[in-house]
Amino acid sequence: MATVELTFTALPAHVRTARLVATAIARRTGVAEAILDEVRLAVGEACSRAVEAHRLHCPGEPVRIELRDDAGRFEVTVTDAAPGDDVMPQVLEANGSLMPEIDNLGIAVIAGLADDVEVLPGPKGMRIRMSWPASTNGLAAF
Amino acid sequence: MDLKLDHHSEDNLTIVDVEGEIDVYTAPRLRELLIDLVNKGNFHLLVNMEKVDFLDSTGLGVLVGGLKRVRAHDGSLELVCTQERILKIFRITGLTKVFGIYASVEEAKEAHGRDK
Repeated sequence: MATVELTFTALPAHVRTARLVATAIARRTGVAEAILDEVRLAVGEACSRAVEAHRLHCPGEPVRIELRDDAGRFEVTVTDAAPGDDVMPQVLEANGSLMPEIDNLGIAVIAGLADDVEVLPGPKGMRIRMSWPASTNGLAAF
Repeated sequence: MDLKLDHHSEDNLTIVDVEGEIDVYTAPRLRELLIDLVNKGNFHLLVNMEKVDFLDSTGLGVLVGGLKRVRAHDGSLELVCTQERILKIFRITGLTKVFGIYASVEEAKEAHGRDK
C-alpha cells in the first residue's frame, strides 16, 4: 500500500492544487484514463466542501487529503475539522458573504461520480472516502 | 488554468465566452459578470462553454443563479457545450432539463431567433 498525504490551508485557490495532485497520483496508481476526469471532479467537490466548512468554522485549520493505492483500488479520503454536519458547499463572494443560490450539489455530484463513496459526519468534522478501480500493476508498483 | 471571461452582444442576445476552469475559486468572477450583465439590462444570455476545461458544482450554482435572475425579467440563459466531461455533470445533477444546451453558438442563435 502506497499512501500520499496532503494538507492545505482552507483557501479556494488550493482546491485546484489538490485536484491536480489527486489526478496525478490516480494516473500513477493505474486508474484508467477514461475515469481520471471523474476522480478530478469528485476530489475537487470534496475539497471545496471541506474548504468552505473550514472557512465558516475553523479557518486556521488545514484540510487533509489522503490518497491510497489499496489492493487494486485508488482510494481518496478528504477530512475536515469543522464541527457539525450541516455544511453545504458554498461559494463566498469577494466581500465574504455566501452566494445564495448554491445548493448542496457537491455530495450529489460525488455520489454520481465515485465508484464507491462513504460520507462519515462526526462531531469533529466530516470524512468523505471514495474509491475507484485501479490496475493492480499500476505505475506505483514499479 | 485561470478563468477568462469575455462577452459581446448580437441583436438582443449577449454571448458570454468562458475559458478555463470554473470552480470554487473562480466561480465568483463569473457570477459577478452575470449579475452585472443582468443589471445592465441584458436578459438573454448565451454562455459559450466550449473552452471550459473544468466545471464543478459551484459553477453550476452560478449558472443556476444567473438563470433565476434572467427569468425574473422573462429572459433566458442558455449554454453552448459539446464536451462530454462537462455535459456529464449537467446530467448527474439533472440540469440538462433546466438549461437549453446547444452544440454551437450558431445553433443557439438560430433557436433564439425562432423563439423571439
